[in-house]
Amino acid sequence: CLSLLSESDDGNFILQGTQVKDVVIKPEAPNTLLLDKHADYIAAYGSKKDDYEYTLSEYLRMSGIYWGLTVMDLMGQLSRMNREEIIEFIKSCQHDCGGISASTGHDPHLLYTLSAVQILSLYDSINVIDVDKVVDYVKGLQQEDGSFAGDKWGEIDTRFSFCAVATLALLGKLDVINMDKAVGFVLSCMNFDGGFGCRPGSESHAGQIYCCTGFLSITGQLHQVNADLLGWWLCERQLPSGGLNGRPEKLPDVCYSWWVLASLKIIGRIHWIDKAKLRSFILACQDEETGGFADRPGDMVDPFHTLFGVAGLSLLGDEQIKPVNPVFCMPEDVLQRIGLQPDLLN
Amino acid sequence: MSSVEEISNPVAENLEEDGVEEENTVEEAEMEYEEPVKGGYIFYRDRKEWADLEPVPQDDGPNPVVKIAYSEKCKYVFDMFRALLKNDEKSERAFALTAEAIELNAANYTVWHYRRVLLQALDKDLREEMKYITAIIEDQPKNYQVWHHRRMVVEWLNDPSEELQFVAEILSQDAKNYHAWQHRQWVMQEYKLWDGELEYVEELLEEDVRNNSAWNQRHFVISHTSGYSDSAILEREVQYTLKQIKKAPHNESAWNYLNGILQDGGLSSYPGLLEQVTELQDTCSSPYLTAFLVDLYEDITKIYKKNRHHSKPVIKLCKLLAEEKDTIRREYWNYVSRSLQNTYGSGDPVASSSDPPPPSSSQQPDTEPSDP
Repeated sequence: CLSLLSESDDGNFILQGTQVKDVVIKPEAPNTLLLDKHADYIAAYGSKKDDYEYTLSEYLRMSGIYWGLTVMDLMGQLSRMNREEIIEFIKSCQHDCGGISASTGHDPHLLYTLSAVQILSLYDSINVIDVDKVVDYVKGLQQEDGSFAGDKWGEIDTRFSFCAVATLALLGKLDVINMDKAVGFVLSCMNFDGGFGCRPGSESHAGQIYCCTGFLSITGQLHQVNADLLGWWLCERQLPSGGLNGRPEKLPDVCYSWWVLASLKIIGRIHWIDKAKLRSFILACQDEETGGFADRPGDMVDPFHTLFGVAGLSLLGDEQIKPVNPVFCMPEDVLQRIGLQPDLLN
Repeated sequence: MSSVEEISNPVAENLEEDGVEEENTVEEAEMEYEEPVKGGYIFYRDRKEWADLEPVPQDDGPNPVVKIAYSEKCKYVFDMFRALLKNDEKSERAFALTAEAIELNAANYTVWHYRRVLLQALDKDLREEMKYITAIIEDQPKNYQVWHHRRMVVEWLNDPSEELQFVAEILSQDAKNYHAWQHRQWVMQEYKLWDGELEYVEELLEEDVRNNSAWNQRHFVISHTSGYSDSAILEREVQYTLKQIKKAPHNESAWNYLNGILQDGGLSSYPGLLEQVTELQDTCSSPYLTAFLVDLYEDITKIYKKNRHHSKPVIKLCKLLAEEKDTIRREYWNYVSRSLQNTYGSGDPVASSSDPPPPSSSQQPDTEPSDP
């Protein structure tokens, strides 16, 4: 069997010559949860503003902050983050049109509008921004066919349908959009395999499936999903290593521990995944020295994969982590405070 | 502000090269560290005990990436960019700066926005812009912004003539690039360019029969052209798919496609399917084949209620999968098995003449074990 293994760029082994594209977890990979290290990693991240990766990721800073705060809250460590600085930052990112940008000096976009609203929800400070203008901004992005553009330049994607309804749900303003058309567009993205893509006809992809099932949960339309067919497609994402990929014949990635797992939870079929094997894959993605999670064992860590690794473990039932809501990827206690309990299928 | 124009020249040179990043505008060479210090980084030039030593730039080959100086340059360029944005300056130098900013970070969506504003305000040559975006995409094909920008330029030019060829070239480097496929689908639908696509898909499947994107595209093309309701088309597709399955039995995509195209009519309505699939069991066995057989039997049992006894061998198949062949998904197989048993009993012939309840397994409630 050794002849079937070749070393990948990141020092892990990839199975070749078999029909399964996967990684092989080394025996010395981490197998216990190192929450303190992850909290230290996130707390220190971004403290050095000249850092290369940090500079390069300014265009998504609002989402980066959301990832960091959410994972810290899930670990009970939110108090280590700089609440006042972040709230001021968000205020400076709301534009006249109501939309919110990733950072100062960037243009508004639905992705970062959602991240900002999620952050302010975590901090119970939603009113530091002009909520009515945010609602107008989101409403204004809905198109004739019910879809949502990401911003004024018109890129259409079911990710943006999710961002729109999630934002409005958190603000208690779902009623401002054309709901029937919005639902109609998302359903038109359902494919022959039960999955969803970014636009009608687009290939099914776990990230898009998360957005669409999340959307259908928020809008009370989960009965329109073929739960058995989609559940089967989703549990097919699990590879022998225990990790999950995003579509057929792709390598596993820890962020799919979220996109796939949350989708399964939403449609009531999370138990179709082998939980123990997934847990050991996720744990193997930790970096024992730096803290944080990487996309797969041995790679470089980042806050994005750290959130989704921890959130995935929460969905799997790890008691050291707060329960996470599978639709919003936010702590359940925050949503309870807001009074939001989106439907899940049994 | 004149320093902005000085910077733009080396950048233009960089773009004319083969698209690989180059840092020949670095003013000071820095030592590159294998293990970068994580917190509180201090440049060696600032440490007085090292003042006597002249740094020797590390030779990393033709394209050194010096991260620390890179982020200084990033900061400078983006500070310039912000200044231009703030003044709403619509000039050639602003346009040139967008190219430089894009080269540093092609994911910065605000820069792309501004570039489009400038393209229109300065009435730039869109054919030149097509060449530009072509080069950028070839260098960074997995980025949302670059593809959306290309789409905008194609729309403004109203000229899709290069698109299918271009996407095919990108796909030849990565046949599953999600952005590339979305662009291709948009072009085809918008400009009605369906001819030859089925042939193209078949070529891709010849190269890699497990390319899920290609199977999806097959469905896309046929759905938008002939459709599947013509029985000759359906027959062609079923036979094509079975042929690919024989070549590579362990192929999710092919089985998902087969299941997908038969959903509307119902699996059991396709003549001879059960025989053809059962025949494959010896040589082409896989969990997907078994899953398909299970679905097929379920459909048969639902429609042709007298074949209720088929549930027994199917339940056995589920057990085999749960315990041996696909243990990672044992919960799924146990669910299917239970659903069949709940609906149809253990499979022993039933004397009663009353019709069994006809719910499909998707309507069976399946309560989750309670999570901690």
